[in-house]
Amino acid sequence: MTSPLSKTGMAACLIILILCALTPLLQSDYLIDVVTEILIVALFALSLNIIIGYSGNVSFGHAAYFAIGGYVNAILLTTYGWPLLPSAVAGVLAATLTAAIVAYFCTRLTDIYFAMLTLAFSMLVWAIVFKWRSLTNGDDGFTPVHVPAMIDDRTAFFYFTMIVIVVSIAVLWVITHSAFGRSLVAVRENVGRAGFVGIHTRRMRWQAFVIAGFFAGVAGVLFGMYHRGMYVESAFWTQSAQVLIMTLLGGIYSFFGPLIGAAVLFMLERLTNEYTEYWPTVLGVILLAILLFQPDGLVGLGKRIKNKFGGGGSP
Amino acid sequence: MPQLEVNDIHTSYGLSQVLFGITLDVEEGEIVSLVGRNGVGKTTTMRSIMGLTKPSQGSVKFEGKEIAGLAAHQISKLGIGFVPEERRIFPDLTVWENLDIARRPAPAGREAWDEERVYTLFPDLKEIPDRPGGVLSGGQQQMLTIARSLMGNPRLLLLDEPSEGLAPKVVENVRDQVKLLKESGLTIILAEQNLGFILYLSDKVHILEKGEVKWSGTGAALKADKSIVEQYLTV
Repeated sequence: MTSPLSKTGMAACLIILILCALTPLLQSDYLIDVVTEILIVALFALSLNIIIGYSGNVSFGHAAYFAIGGYVNAILLTTYGWPLLPSAVAGVLAATLTAAIVAYFCTRLTDIYFAMLTLAFSMLVWAIVFKWRSLTNGDDGFTPVHVPAMIDDRTAFFYFTMIVIVVSIAVLWVITHSAFGRSLVAVRENVGRAGFVGIHTRRMRWQAFVIAGFFAGVAGVLFGMYHRGMYVESAFWTQSAQVLIMTLLGGIYSFFGPLIGAAVLFMLERLTNEYTEYWPTVLGVILLAILLFQPDGLVGLGKRIKNKFGGGGSP
Repeated sequence: MPQLEVNDIHTSYGLSQVLFGITLDVEEGEIVSLVGRNGVGKTTTMRSIMGLTKPSQGSVKFEGKEIAGLAAHQISKLGIGFVPEERRIFPDLTVWENLDIARRPAPAGREAWDEERVYTLFPDLKEIPDRPGGVLSGGQQQMLTIARSLMGNPRLLLLDEPSEGLAPKVVENVRDQVKLLKESGLTIILAEQNLGFILYLSDKVHILEKGEVKWSGTGAALKADKSIVEQYLTV
């Protein structure tokens, strides 16, 4: 999973990048909106996969850092009239710092205890957002968010989002393909073994969590400005569950898996909502199908199809 | 001063005690073997030294420093490498990645282990740096595990049953490579059941039974006394 990008992979990335960049030329507001939002949730899912796919822990509370990034940025921009750069940086830093503190406690535990503690901390964040009405406007939602004039236009915001996301994904790629990323995979595969090889496993899991919190914060900052509002639902456990399902659907043992899962799940939700209001039912069926038949997600499915028909004779 | 002093360690897994006061000294540059049937505490002794199963009492001193109670990664950084029995590589990482994650700087005044030097010792690995660890043969995995621990530049190497499950020809290979390691100045503790392997390599032998050291002596003394082999080692 840590092999460098092949030539075909590089070409595919480039084509997708160019297609994305050309979206506004089609002059469809709908399409621009869809691609912007997919980019944001994709980064959110990729950030979660640093915890799940690389360090081998399941977090049920990743929405907390997304929401903190979004709320802090929205409040500083709107209530306090900060300029974009310091406000966005403060949002991301708040998310990272919270992740650092939460991870300090969570990485003392493993498995289900780790997952439950991440859930508990995220519900704490949700409760604060919900109850601190004077600052967050509680369940009425913090809206409207004052978006700086420079990016207060559909196309401008699209390009702004795209640049931030592409840079973030590139940084995540470099991190996961460094010695640090390989050591994380070693920790995931066998904590004991990684320990006697000389890897400080708890510190590695902590660092992975902090990196994930940072990029969830970035996604949250963009999300709040894109929707021109932040809502308590963004901090609720269902939001954590949704990004978890995106990550699983795409495939946790592949770098780009969660990105694909995010795009597919987002589009499915959009399309399903046009025909029926029973999206949660559809989501449940998808989840069952992944867990029962396709635990390595869409990327795993793609590999299997390729091996079957393309005669991919990998050893 | 011995490089490693294990003094009266008692170790348990939960309620079941496995070691009942193991004491042994290891001098720098020696190969010391722990011998005995299955379940006598060879692996547990190694796990106790490595910090993977902490002794409930007794002390372990490495180069004069108390290490009982430290975490495995701290002990690894002090200069003890561990090669566990069976296949203990990271299956999703390639051969080179398995080596890369274990890389630590060499102690001053020693020739460092890096890929090139490791590949000289294990030429088979040089041919397959990009192959995932999970698809290697048993012998290749054993070599990779030893190679990986060398990348950490240890001064003491714990080798747990390196000949287990390998074809006789491969066992000879591993034996010769261990000998080369000794000649490079590395101290080695070896847990083994293969008597030929032990007698070929060991400076000192400790025979374990029921978590205690029952007999200690040189390899030559063990070779000379058939009754000891019969009493403690034949099944």
